[in-house]
Amino acid sequence: MVEITSPEFKANARLAMGDGQLQQALGHVRTNFINKRAEAKANLDEFDELRDSATAIKDHVLEHLDLYLEKYEEKVIASGGHVHWAATADDACKQILDICRSVGAKSVTKGKSMISEEIALNDALSAAGIEPVETDLGEYIIQLRGEHPSHIIAPAVHLNMDQVRDDFIKHHTHLPADRPLNEPETLLREARAILREKFLNADVGITGANFLIAETGTSVIVTNEGNGDLTQTLPKIHIVIASIEKIVPTLEDMSQIVRVLARSATGQDMSVYTTLSTGPRREDDPDGPEEYHVVLLDNGRSSMLGTEFQDMLRCIRCGACMNHCPVYHAIGGHAYGWVYPGPMGAVLSPSLIGVDKAGHLPNASTFCGRCEDVCPMHIPLPKMMRHWREREFEKHLSPMTQRASIRGWAWVAKRPFLYRMMASASARFLWLLGGVNHRIKSLPFAWGWTRHRDMPAPEGSTFMSQWRERQARDAGDL
Amino acid sequence: MSNSMPKNPRVALFVTCLVDLFRPSVGFASVKLLEDAGCDLDVPMCQTCCGQPAWNSGDRADTRDLAEAVIRNFEDYDYIVAPSGSCAGMLKKHYPEVFKGDELWESRVERFSEKVYELTSFLVDVMKVEKVDAVLKADITYHDSCAGLRELGIQEQPRKLVSSIKGVTMTEMKNSDVCCGFGGTFAVKYSEISNSIVTTKTGHIKETSAKMLLAGDLGCLLNMAGKLRRENSNIEVRHVAEVLAGMVDNAPIGQRTPKGGGR
Ligand code: SF4
Repeated sequence: MVEITSPEFKANARLAMGDGQLQQALGHVRTNFINKRAEAKANLDEFDELRDSATAIKDHVLEHLDLYLEKYEEKVIASGGHVHWAATADDACKQILDICRSVGAKSVTKGKSMISEEIALNDALSAAGIEPVETDLGEYIIQLRGEHPSHIIAPAVHLNMDQVRDDFIKHHTHLPADRPLNEPETLLREARAILREKFLNADVGITGANFLIAETGTSVIVTNEGNGDLTQTLPKIHIVIASIEKIVPTLEDMSQIVRVLARSATGQDMSVYTTLSTGPRREDDPDGPEEYHVVLLDNGRSSMLGTEFQDMLRCIRCGACMNHCPVYHAIGGHAYGWVYPGPMGAVLSPSLIGVDKAGHLPNASTFCGRCEDVCPMHIPLPKMMRHWREREFEKHLSPMTQRASIRGWAWVAKRPFLYRMMASASARFLWLLGGVNHRIKSLPFAWGWTRHRDMPAPEGSTFMSQWRERQARDAGDL
Repeated sequence: MSNSMPKNPRVALFVTCLVDLFRPSVGFASVKLLEDAGCDLDVPMCQTCCGQPAWNSGDRADTRDLAEAVIRNFEDYDYIVAPSGSCAGMLKKHYPEVFKGDELWESRVERFSEKVYELTSFLVDVMKVEKVDAVLKADITYHDSCAGLRELGIQEQPRKLVSSIKGVTMTEMKNSDVCCGFGGTFAVKYSEISNSIVTTKTGHIKETSAKMLLAGDLGCLLNMAGKLRRENSNIEVRHVAEVLAGMVDNAPIGQRTPKGGGR
């Protein structure tokens, strides 16, 4: 498994906020993604209706997931492919390694896949002496750097052009060091030239899947670079690695959801490539793999069914929630400490790696609701983060002091008379502290607050006591 | 209730714990606005807090106790109005969730929640207030607090009323609909992230020509005012109810009383 640093979320976040290069790179998320989505939404009148129907499709699937999975398996087998069920990340890696070993694979090309990150496939492959080659440009860059994606659709969004150029110069040592590398296009061209070689030498190609279609046994990837197509058609073996909730019933359903996917993600009407693959190469096909395998990963998802977290399984990994998240904007993706960042990660990660490890994530939200607002699948992300907080509270996982202060405060709030007295005392005390400037520069019991901003002082007495006086005065006047 | 609105509806003011403690003048401004609009206003004395801090901390049991008390104290009024989108959202949108699955309470909560409104939306949407009498020469920018905006759809209502103040110019800031980083206990628990978010926000506020910042939620206002003060900005910060009611003689949030006691 990828190293989990979610328990150190606060320290991660602090580092990220102090990282000038990262902060500069995040500008792309803060503006471009948001503007493009807004434009795409504005240009499609039926956008919100499409969201509703996309949501309904996935809800239906989740109610009958077993049925559609069986149907899908049947169809894959009928088209000459193989289906492997993986309960855990380790199972999935093992199955993939077995397939690779069956052809003595030395090199594997890979399309972009978050599931591959989730199961730490690259580590497993490397440990078995098989070279994994990421072919998506962003993934290729972070593989060079030995990093993990910081965003689910833009894995290298935390980097600037200059950093990438330096990496290319450092790693592509067979090329002259003084070559011009100042444009994104030149970088892309250089990466492509290197990858071409890799594509031709790969024994196995591994892709993810945005959708699995039950009626036909087809897997679908949507990409912008075309690398996925080369990954899956050139090598002898194509392995699709996908999680079980990627299923949709029909091609028609898929084409509905695709219409909200790219719009929500990058603001494109459609991504450049939408590639469907069904089984291995047939006799009259011009190209295609000899073997076609699908590894279906559960890894904790089926235990979300029927719980308050089921809605999360509607997620189509568009990234809109993180693109619009003020917390993600402040700290980027790596600070979340595991594969899935942003609001979707704050809900999903506790399900997959345990709330004991990922407990910070659902707490580190202002509940501003922007994520839910833009989520094409209407996933109530803040509500589900709150469910996690409830679980933590029930299990006494929330910090002691926090628990005690909430419980103590609630105890008082349930006793209006006592509450009145305490509120009046606090109003007076804080007012005194505020002095003529009406603000408090430092408060030991609200240190987190006053470290960064002043605490405006109250006006001296509470509304309720002033109101009571006013009522008494009015009554006296009568 | 909304179909057959009485001419002078009996309205209960839900003061909110922050207004009670930090800024009673917002409560009095709300009283004035509601009474001017023709409401028969009352302030139930047993009120404390809506329970949102417990709710957002995952403490369901305490939330439920506090919510029951609020419903008991307020359900007999025609309307319940709060000068806060966040607290009104709690009463209107989250209470049904708190009691979900409890048949004894569900319909009772539903009847209660239907009658809850945030102040500016109540004035505009229910009482059909078109303008206020206040006069104020000021260049104003408005921050949309998240709960009001996204849970209750409040965006036009405060702007409509503020624009009706004689002498006011409205200058929109960039990303007025983006969170200020308050988030209740978030501001203390994740204070550094909160600080980064509010710094972006005050940056956008200061980019405008506005000399006064308004919003409809005291939590956000305390956060933004606190940051602006720390940054030595002298932009005045007030709750929207104060300017709508023409009650601006007191000190702005976190600032000295204006010279001469106001304008
Ligand atoms: S939670 Fe919604 S917005 Fe976020 S990635 Fe999933 S589908 Fe997209």
